[in-house]
Amino acid sequence: MAYTASIPATPPRAWDDARRDADNYLTHSRGFLSWALTLDHKRIGLLYLISILTSFFLGGMLALLIRTELLTPSKTIVDADTYNQLFTLHGTIMIFLFIIPGIPAALGNFVLPLMLGAKDVAFPRLNLTSYYFYAVGALLAIGSIVFGGVDTGWTFYTPYSTTTSHSGVYWLTFGAFILGFSSIFTGLNFLVTIHKLRPEGMTWFRLPLFLWALYGTSVIQILATPVLGITLLLLIVERGLGIGIFDPNLGGDPVLYQHFFWFYSHPAVYIMILPAMGIMSELISVFSRKHIFGYKFIAMSSIAIAILSFLVWGHHMFTSGQSPLANMIFSFLTFSVAIPSAVKVFNWLATMYKGSIHLDTPMLYALSFLFLFGIGGLTGLFLGALAVDIHLHDTYFIVAHFHYVMFGGTVIAFLGGLHYWWPKMFGRMYSEFWGRIAALLVFVGFNMTFFAQFVMGAQGMPRRYYNYDQVFTFWHVLSSVGSYIMAVGFFLIAGYLLHSLFRGAKAPDNPWGAATLEWTCASPAPYYNFKTTPSAGDPYDFSNLVYDRSIAGYVPKSLPQPAEAKS
Amino acid sequence: MIWAQSAGSFWMPPQASTTAQEVDWVFYLIYWIALFFFLLIVGIMTVFVIQFRKREGWTEEESHESHTALEITWTVIPILIVLVIFFFGFRTYMDIHLAPANTLDIWVTGQKWQWFFKYPNGHIDENLHIPVDTPVKLILSSEDVTHSLFIPAFRLKMDAVPGRLTTAWTKAIQTGTFPVYCAEYCGTGHSDMFAEATVHEPGGYETWLEEASNLLKQMTPVEAGAVLYKRKGCAQCHTLDGSADDGPTFLGLFGHSVKLADGSTVTVNEDYIRRSILEPGAQIVAGFDNIMPTYQGKLKEDEIAAIIEYLKTLTKP
Repeated sequence: MAYTASIPATPPRAWDDARRDADNYLTHSRGFLSWALTLDHKRIGLLYLISILTSFFLGGMLALLIRTELLTPSKTIVDADTYNQLFTLHGTIMIFLFIIPGIPAALGNFVLPLMLGAKDVAFPRLNLTSYYFYAVGALLAIGSIVFGGVDTGWTFYTPYSTTTSHSGVYWLTFGAFILGFSSIFTGLNFLVTIHKLRPEGMTWFRLPLFLWALYGTSVIQILATPVLGITLLLLIVERGLGIGIFDPNLGGDPVLYQHFFWFYSHPAVYIMILPAMGIMSELISVFSRKHIFGYKFIAMSSIAIAILSFLVWGHHMFTSGQSPLANMIFSFLTFSVAIPSAVKVFNWLATMYKGSIHLDTPMLYALSFLFLFGIGGLTGLFLGALAVDIHLHDTYFIVAHFHYVMFGGTVIAFLGGLHYWWPKMFGRMYSEFWGRIAALLVFVGFNMTFFAQFVMGAQGMPRRYYNYDQVFTFWHVLSSVGSYIMAVGFFLIAGYLLHSLFRGAKAPDNPWGAATLEWTCASPAPYYNFKTTPSAGDPYDFSNLVYDRSIAGYVPKSLPQPAEAKS
Repeated sequence: MIWAQSAGSFWMPPQASTTAQEVDWVFYLIYWIALFFFLLIVGIMTVFVIQFRKREGWTEEESHESHTALEITWTVIPILIVLVIFFFGFRTYMDIHLAPANTLDIWVTGQKWQWFFKYPNGHIDENLHIPVDTPVKLILSSEDVTHSLFIPAFRLKMDAVPGRLTTAWTKAIQTGTFPVYCAEYCGTGHSDMFAEATVHEPGGYETWLEEASNLLKQMTPVEAGAVLYKRKGCAQCHTLDGSADDGPTFLGLFGHSVKLADGSTVTVNEDYIRRSILEPGAQIVAGFDNIMPTYQGKLKEDEIAAIIEYLKTLTKP
């Protein structure tokens, strides 16, 4: 059916204006305290968004310093000790302050209740508490730069972390411990909200796939994060009180630390990627104007990933002296995680079949995701294979692999989601032209930066190296130049998004023609979300939406009466 | 640092061991499978974007919302493929893991930031030397934090973990000199924790070992001290040009008074140097951390004497 062809003769102007003039969550109340003490999930989502974008900026600046240092072997701009602190902070900030809370706590907080047609999450006060735990944890972590510095890498491996002269280790690990609570609270809140606050008509298999993904993520957050917490506390106890847990000189076992750490940190990889996959399911379907293909398989693969993610941590330790039997089992189980991810990718491709593909900025990020996550996922096959991993472990091949998954996957999907929900958040459209240019710059810069690292790594360039063999210089320079191109892309994004806040065109309620419930309320979202709980239909049935050229957005084909909408 | 990288390919360094060939075979098996699926995914994506892009005269068409046979197909085929990859990865891993009988055993110790290789006759060297076509077993341990011995040309990597022994083995098939790295992050000098693996022609290993172990018989103590200064890791922290590194410079050190961390002053004489080598923490020079490991058992008395004689020659102009 041609939606664009059937423009209604009389666009519903009056109804539309009345709704737009209504109170929205941004203007509902004013003043610092109305934000600092807000219980509104949308405002908390925005507080998270500002915080994680600040963290992303910090982590990105550190990355540029690292790449600049690596332009030449030995010293370029900083000494070895500073370099080690740079990559430690880069990793810690990007993982604990940006990627883990990125999609769930910022975008998820804003969108989840709206997608459910609910007024808020189940526990609004717990939601605000989680934000303050995040803020305190983040300040402690960043404060570690001032209070002694940290040079352990984000993995805090013992006995290095318990013996290094940099005492910022206490601050950073305690910060991560606090951040863990923030993550657990968010997970708990989302889990209960999805269980209890679904509207009439939204059966489990009519849940938008983004929410299935957040559901899987929440399960991992609740079950895995406490292990990280207790591990970091044990580390602090060993370092501070000399109680032997991991240090062999005190009767401990350093490999035990690695087990504890990865028991959280591997599932954490799926805390990062699952929500990204959820966004993908929304974007691919909406911008192809097609019902998602294989709904149940995508939903169940999210749950399969959440469960399997707990069984593969030992693949980080194939060279640690772990027994060959353990290595064999972990290698075998690792491959099992590849299957649900592959199933998702094939279903997304099938969704595009016979669609009408709109190449708007969010869709460009979705296509970017397929390309980059394709490389990230397939290079995981090399690392799951025992013999090959022995060679590639702790080289730049690993660095490239996890950047393709975490950055090429999660960050790209985050950007897609940010652009997708931006009109709902702020009621403004961004520049589509600059949006596409920036998406292209990030894509090109990203591949230059990280593909070079695959080659270096396979050739034997170890990671976390300040100095390097001259034969790798070409690849390092290529990688650094790529990172500068990416930086230009990101500054461009920051520029046009900020511009759109003040000068952007007014956003319609439903600019993309999506069928999930958050698009049935006004843009920006009203303070109360929905005056009455809407009833939910199929979240991927677009047949009832038509494009209205006069408002540059989609409207329901069977127009509701204004009175009905306001009731 | 100059290596004969010419023998390597675009992706891989030279194949200098038997297992390197096996590992590369698995690498390229996965490489072609991954490349096929990558091109398949991106190819389908590109075709769909072009064929089904929004344009005049094209609207989306009805098609299946789900197709169980298709879902089963693209679940089962990847399962079979990853099982194949798992099998070959595991089989070659067992070849890497299980050392044959009658190996030449070399004990390897990692410490910040230097590798030590101890040969069967007791000689300790800063580089790895092995004969070609001979199975060699490396027994690894660490003096401080976790390190990882990484020799790309042999596709060999094994962590050196404090408090336990780990093993790795290799059989070199190509003579030459190859880089040896530390792959597990270990602090400031991590990227300089660097050694060379030399694969000798038949007979060459024995000749090298004989010469290397009798350093003091072939050289004057001062010459031998200069070699030991580099070989035993002193150079990692003690400079010869007067600048302070992680430890005090050796230039003009002997015969002078230094201030210690506890406030007292000591004259650097033969006994002070010997004690500082064997008990580094006993008399720390003010302004430095107690980070030097002990050389008890790693240096013989006449080697210590050679280092002392060498230090005496390092006077300020």
